[in-house]
Amino acid sequence: MANQVTLTIDDLTVTVPEGTLVVDAARKAGIDIPVFCYHPKMEPVGMCRMCLVQVGRPMVDRATGQPVLDADGQPKIQFSPKLETSCTIPVSEGMVIRTNTPEVLRAHRDIIEFLLTSHPLDCPICDKGGECPLQDLTRAYGPGQSRFLLDDKMRLAKHVPLGELIYLDRERCILCARCIRFQDEIVDEPVLSFYHRGRSMQIVTYSDPPFDSYFSGNTTDICPVGALTTADFRFAARPWELKNNASICTQCPVGCNTTLNTRREVKSGGKWVVKRVMPRQNELVNEIWICDKGRFGYHYAESGERILSPHVRKEQGLVPVSWDEALDLVEQRLRQAGAGTVTLAGGRLANEDLFNLAQVTDHLGGRKLLHTQVGGGEYVQRYGLGKGSNLGELGKGDAILVIASDLQEEAPVWWLRVKRAADRGAALMVLNPRPTRLDPYARFIHHYRYGEELEALGRLAAGEGELAEAAEALRSAENLVIFYGSEGLGLAETTALAREAAGLLAGSGRAGKVNSGLIGVWQQNNTLGAYDMGFRPEADLAGALSGSGLAWIAAADPAGDHPALEAALKQAGFLVVQDLFMTRTAQMADVVLPAQAFTEREGTFTSGERRVQRFYPAVAAPPGPLADFSIAARVGLRVGIELEGASAATVMLRIAASVPAYAGLDYALISEVSEQWPIIGREDRYYGGTGYDNHQGLGVQLQPDAVTDPDGEVSIAMAAPAPLQVPEGAVYLAPVTRLYDQGLTLKPSMKIVGQRMARREVWLNPETAARLGFGAASLVTLEGEGWTASGVEIRVDEQLPPDVLLAPRSVGIPATGPEAVRLRPLVTEPEA
Amino acid sequence: MLVRGLLTTLKAFLTEKTVTVQYPEQKRMVRTRFRGRHVLRRYEDTGLERCIGCSLCEAACPADAIFVEASENSDEERYSPGERYASTYEINMLRCIFCGYCEDACPTEAIVLSDNYELSFHDRASAIYTKEMLLEPVPPGGKPTPQRTPPGVYTRAIPEMSDPTD
Ligand code: SF4
Ligand code: SF4
Ligand code: SF4
Ligand code: SF4
Ligand code: FES
Repeated sequence: MANQVTLTIDDLTVTVPEGTLVVDAARKAGIDIPVFCYHPKMEPVGMCRMCLVQVGRPMVDRATGQPVLDADGQPKIQFSPKLETSCTIPVSEGMVIRTNTPEVLRAHRDIIEFLLTSHPLDCPICDKGGECPLQDLTRAYGPGQSRFLLDDKMRLAKHVPLGELIYLDRERCILCARCIRFQDEIVDEPVLSFYHRGRSMQIVTYSDPPFDSYFSGNTTDICPVGALTTADFRFAARPWELKNNASICTQCPVGCNTTLNTRREVKSGGKWVVKRVMPRQNELVNEIWICDKGRFGYHYAESGERILSPHVRKEQGLVPVSWDEALDLVEQRLRQAGAGTVTLAGGRLANEDLFNLAQVTDHLGGRKLLHTQVGGGEYVQRYGLGKGSNLGELGKGDAILVIASDLQEEAPVWWLRVKRAADRGAALMVLNPRPTRLDPYARFIHHYRYGEELEALGRLAAGEGELAEAAEALRSAENLVIFYGSEGLGLAETTALAREAAGLLAGSGRAGKVNSGLIGVWQQNNTLGAYDMGFRPEADLAGALSGSGLAWIAAADPAGDHPALEAALKQAGFLVVQDLFMTRTAQMADVVLPAQAFTEREGTFTSGERRVQRFYPAVAAPPGPLADFSIAARVGLRVGIELEGASAATVMLRIAASVPAYAGLDYALISEVSEQWPIIGREDRYYGGTGYDNHQGLGVQLQPDAVTDPDGEVSIAMAAPAPLQVPEGAVYLAPVTRLYDQGLTLKPSMKIVGQRMARREVWLNPETAARLGFGAASLVTLEGEGWTASGVEIRVDEQLPPDVLLAPRSVGIPATGPEAVRLRPLVTEPEA
Repeated sequence: MLVRGLLTTLKAFLTEKTVTVQYPEQKRMVRTRFRGRHVLRRYEDTGLERCIGCSLCEAACPADAIFVEASENSDEERYSPGERYASTYEINMLRCIFCGYCEDACPTEAIVLSDNYELSFHDRASAIYTKEMLLEPVPPGGKPTPQRTPPGVYTRAIPEMSDPTD
């Protein structure tokens, strides 16, 4: 522990670690020192001068080096002649700080008066009005009147789009550089900067597309005025009209803690609707940040395309029916199918849903399958992060290995935290077939050929060749975290990769250690929870579905994902689908059961770091849909198993009783919070921004099986992938993940992030493209095994390795893993 | 006793002025600072609405009688001079206590309490006054809203006010 320093702030004696800034020391002691440019997550710059205080230090006798004492034997304090910025000076022993002398208050008043010289004071229509630090601090410290002339106010542009997500109001900007520094220091995507000087100074973006960053929304939280606002929340509501509902982001396995702000709205027919998604502090998960996908991608929950009533197939197609009619039919067919039932669940479901589905399936003797293209969850259950781990604690002496993952695209906030750990001195090793946005922070980079991830990992483990140094760093690291993703990989490949990575962890004796472990970069947010509830991926999914007496599909769209699965579903005895939307699978179904969105109910998700976190209902569910766990419970009741269907909290009690890893868990425990630093929240928003503090739970991290059951073993019945042979004239297709995919949960947010969405295009090295006979921007038809995709645009990128074609997932190219594809020029033929 | 009482009445009848008026044919003048039913005002010259949909009246209202929902103006469809206008504005007259706080809170002097006190309803729903009911008629010379306006004229977030103390 760092040395402690004791100082006095306004007659209060405060003891803080050495190196703490005065402003933070005061904040910790509950003393307000107003700030604008300082932010506890960033380096101080001392630009705004709002935090001026009087600083006194003990006088030291130059001759003896001893403190000078006054008549009472107390050290004499010498105050510096000028006020100092408390955000730039670290504490020192015996320091005396005064924050409320007339000089200091005068300084605060004058700084505010200056800041307001050209401020438009359009608070009434400003989206920040009501939660604006400038507004709050002006009320608390400002002069109330200005001595400057109204006519001298600058008139500047009020509506400057910095890209299509964030708008800048130049008049409101107080030039604190928080946004610039966030992009530089925290994200290291320096796309914002100052331009011009003096009164002409302004914020500009230099990137193309403008403000090109997945974290841009966070700048609107930390901007101390309404200069940066989001397009999504523009004039949507005043902050005081909003209700706050704790939630968990459902877009990726990081599981960022969020707050959903809701209000009732005439535009939405008088319903409660989510108006914005804000970060909720959890220093163990997302700190105070979220990515733009999480912030803007929530619109699917309120989409008008939701299914609102159960449907049953009759002569005229799927027709809306009552729940009883639909469930009667399901009951009858389930009884017939019995052990021939196959339940296929997607990783978007909550733990409670998965548990109930699993119980019903087990009762019938059916199979529980997980729809995922990333496997290896069994290894993560066993060798995942030890209980009490925090990526934010990794630093000097630790090692992080990221293999086969474009982490920024697959899980942005993990990317951010891994990068920050590398900044703190952790040895980052990146093993990936192509350069990614993680490379600049890596101490060791190794680009292997697509398909050779296992060999690459083997070379690292053995310390061969150029990897010798990396292997040494890995061996000597105190803690080791391994991320494995699905860059160019499918289910079988990721499963094999997880096994090797787990071997590396276990072999070095780090199994189950705190701050060490294996993390799978899943494509859904709760894939790990599905593993925990007993669902497993199946290599021959098409076979399992086509041979099933009844396929019960929840939150998955196999037919939309691959034509082979679509064909298989046609052969299934009976098809029951429960989902939010009429997916392709739902359109084929015999019975469709409408499910509630995560905003309308409660439940828990298990994040990739094995943290069980709770989300709360934010808006009323439309009449019709039920929570997935209730649907499963109703079905269960009919086929003879009694399950909890009314309250998710009670389902969790049942989970705790029957799933060993969840033993002892309940909602109260998951909702526990503890003191977090820095202080974020309503009263302190000038300090940490408008993100929300966490009253609703930090979640509970599960203990990996390697600790609870040291002798257990992982057994997986999945064949190792055969090496892919690429015949003459074909090319190796590697599926890759793009953050803004065209998936079900993002498409309804098209209006806002549409321009940045992955398009129906594939990426090639220019030479490879030329060899295949295609130039950039030509349109082709891809032919894979059992599928074709036409109207695909060719894009070239010098940085890509040769002889491989990168295809983004979920843009309608159904490749689920690496495969050999042929390209044909697109002849004008109607699309299938 | 009885006679004395009747005499008093008779005296008053003959000598004192009537204080009652024949309402509704005859209406009593109200004081200048009387607080009656609200009016949403327009700008005299253009007919544009003064309300910018800021919800400050809603926030100030102690009776929670006001509901405001804002939308964005464009030059093709402009309701108010600034960037934002109230797309929904409702006051529940059964809740209102006619305190006038909304008037005090309004930065554009859009909502004012008029001298109209004739508020009676047959059911609760009709006590909710919508924006159409509250908006004053288009002044002569002005145009009704929404208006098409030339680009570059209304560039301010909120309309310029000559002197905020006016
Ligand atoms: S836009 Fe906001 S955060 Fe950026 S410099 Fe201006 S006031 Fe500061
Ligand atoms: S990083 Fe993942 S969990 Fe966090 S906000 Fe983004 S999509 Fe959501
Ligand atoms: S007069 Fe008072 S009670 Fe009535 S709407 Fe205005 S603020 Fe509310
Ligand atoms: S009436 Fe005035 S206070 Fe109320 S929303 Fe309109 S502009 Fe704002
Ligand atoms: S100078 Fe210290 S907060 Fe800006």
